[in-house]
Amino acid sequence: MASESAAAGSTPVASRGRVWGYALLPLVLLGLFVLFFLRVGPLGVLRAAFPPVEDLTITRVALRPGLMEVFLTNGGPAAVTVAQVLVDDAYWHFTIHPGPTLPRLGRATITIPYPWVQGEAHTITVLTGSGLTFAHIVEVATESPRPTRAFLLSFTLLGAYVGVVPVFVGVLWFPFLRRLSRRWVHFFLSLTAGLLVFLGVDALEGALSSAGAVPGALRGTALVAMGLLGSILALLVVGRLAGGRAASSRLVVSYLIAAGIGLHNLGEGLAIGAAYNLGQIALVTLLVTGFMLHNTTEGLGIVAPVAREGAALRHLLALGMVAGAPTIGGTWIGGFTYSPILATLFLAVGAGAIFQVVVEVGRLVASEAAREVATLLNTAGFVLGLAIMYFTGLFVAL
Amino acid sequence: MSSMVSNFLSRRGFLAAAAGLVGGAGLLPLAARGFPAGQSPPPGEHVPPAVPAGSAAPPAHGLNTAVGEVDVRRMAYDPSAFLTAFERGRVSRLPDGRTLREFQVVAYDKPIEIAPGVIFPAWTFNGTVPGPTLRAREGERIRVKLVNAGTHPHTIHFHGIHTAAMDGVPGLGAGEVPPGKSTVYHFDAEPFGLHLYHCHALPLKRHIAKGLYGVFIIDPATGRPPARELVMVMNAFDTNFDGKNEVYAVNTVAFHYARHPIRVRRGELVRIYLVNMTEFDPINSLHIHGNFFHVYRTGTRLQAWEYTDTIMLCQAERAVLELRFPYPGRYMFHAHQSEFTELGWMGFFEVSDHGV
Ligand SMILES: [Cu+2]
Repeated sequence: MASESAAAGSTPVASRGRVWGYALLPLVLLGLFVLFFLRVGPLGVLRAAFPPVEDLTITRVALRPGLMEVFLTNGGPAAVTVAQVLVDDAYWHFTIHPGPTLPRLGRATITIPYPWVQGEAHTITVLTGSGLTFAHIVEVATESPRPTRAFLLSFTLLGAYVGVVPVFVGVLWFPFLRRLSRRWVHFFLSLTAGLLVFLGVDALEGALSSAGAVPGALRGTALVAMGLLGSILALLVVGRLAGGRAASSRLVVSYLIAAGIGLHNLGEGLAIGAAYNLGQIALVTLLVTGFMLHNTTEGLGIVAPVAREGAALRHLLALGMVAGAPTIGGTWIGGFTYSPILATLFLAVGAGAIFQVVVEVGRLVASEAAREVATLLNTAGFVLGLAIMYFTGLFVAL
Repeated sequence: MSSMVSNFLSRRGFLAAAAGLVGGAGLLPLAARGFPAGQSPPPGEHVPPAVPAGSAAPPAHGLNTAVGEVDVRRMAYDPSAFLTAFERGRVSRLPDGRTLREFQVVAYDKPIEIAPGVIFPAWTFNGTVPGPTLRAREGERIRVKLVNAGTHPHTIHFHGIHTAAMDGVPGLGAGEVPPGKSTVYHFDAEPFGLHLYHCHALPLKRHIAKGLYGVFIIDPATGRPPARELVMVMNAFDTNFDGKNEVYAVNTVAFHYARHPIRVRRGELVRIYLVNMTEFDPINSLHIHGNFFHVYRTGTRLQAWEYTDTIMLCQAERAVLELRFPYPGRYMFHAHQSEFTELGWMGFFEVSDHGV
């Protein structure tokens, strides 16, 4: 070992240069090969035989009085030119910024002076130079919220109603949990795991469906995989580092649960803000009441790990905020700048965080259980957790 | 009301008299306005727009219009010129004394601009959609040479009376003419009236929707009264090939006559050869504002069928319309399917005392 490192330390400069040369050689060759391929490779033949595949995505439509703003992203492999715009099957006057031709991954905003009708549906169709059409339906037209003080306040209140209040209501189970025997604490931890698995699946489903609206080149499904695995790995590392230092690893688990639920609640906030943005006021009301019921049980899950040993009030407050406050941020993002890309990423990150937390909860129960984790009581708790989420989830289902 | 009725009666009377008295001489002024016999405009060189430069109308119909301008020069096709462009072929005399009229139609692929910036990969007869308006006289011997310079087999199926071998459908006569080949259709020009021609290769819908059609006029031996004659082909384009049209127009370019109104003289007789070539929609229609017109269904009789302001035509149906504009000003015309109107099928007549 020692002789090897000594030899490495005395490597002459010329030899080190050779090492770099060996490292770069494949890259240079690859670069030349790619260049050759693009210039004279078989791709050129294929390209000549087929018309370019266009893939425009209307990521958002904002409605102002007498005006429609359409946000476009070119997710296809080649540049796309917007030739005409139709609103409700009628050619309509429009302006486009920065210009009608969108390069790959380029973005543009179309402004259409159109007398849209409050509460009715409108279809916006973009006709490209090659005659392809890309449509977007505004299901219920309503003026898009702007980040004014009134709207900011409303969205904050909505977020608080949905995220912060119910989570703290759930945290109020803490004194009750403290009086329970270990067996029953494990029951509630299992129940928490059940709740979380349900939320995780829910968030993942949301991420995957939102991925469908992501411009092609940004590959929504890959975005989901990245968000999911990225958050699992990040929380794994954070848990290890924090677990090593903190006096109580149970409190760390509580924080991890809170963080996971917080990311999930951010997704819920996005859903509420986006529903408002899309003019689905009835859906907003439904989401708010449904999520309120749904999220009360989340408070229970957060405090379950620390039920036996207790936690300081400041920790309880912090846990509640970590889990609940992101909902507010979610409503802002969803309401003012809804983007399917962000929504997909957030939902995937939330799903990953939740799954990682389930693993932590399982590990906690396993470390304390003498022999068997899958006792009748724990299994019942897990199933009950799933069932609670399923039935409270019915309030948000359409 | 009474003035309208009297106006109607007097115009009816005039038309009947004109049809009888003026006879064959009526067509002479038209020939002067169209292209000389045997000469069609060479591809790439087209008559400048009927509307003088600088007088282009401001975007009409409010904000419901396409943005930008179609490059008629690059397209080598101007809808304003097309209105009055008649292809009369090469004329010679047969040993029996009858007139032989010969046309040549070349089918080839060509991208065309159907709305500003929207390029449609068309299949064309002689490079335009619609193809040239072929015009003959009742009783003449017709010879049409079809040269297929396109990438698919094509035919020409003429409406009119002819033998089965000359029908231009797959499996009969020459059948489908493969790329690089040609064939000659020959038949007598009958009956007189307003007809059309189109490719009948399979799949039929695709070959028609791609643009392979045109107008075929057989003038009655006695002629029609002199008039300002306009060819209007109601057509549409399915740009994304989903079986529904994205662009509707008369003579191909959406909103063209809204930007460049058709100029007519107040009181002059205007004759519209209206043909419906719209694919994917069973019917199309024409409505003219501030006026009524006489309808000669299929143009096969010289007596008007009805007096109306809106006419509905099924696919391939056609009608000759005659009207005079009593007042100067700008009069809209459009499909009365408002959907088609808003998708490009609308325009204006500009009526003034100095006319064209
Ligand atoms: Cu054909």
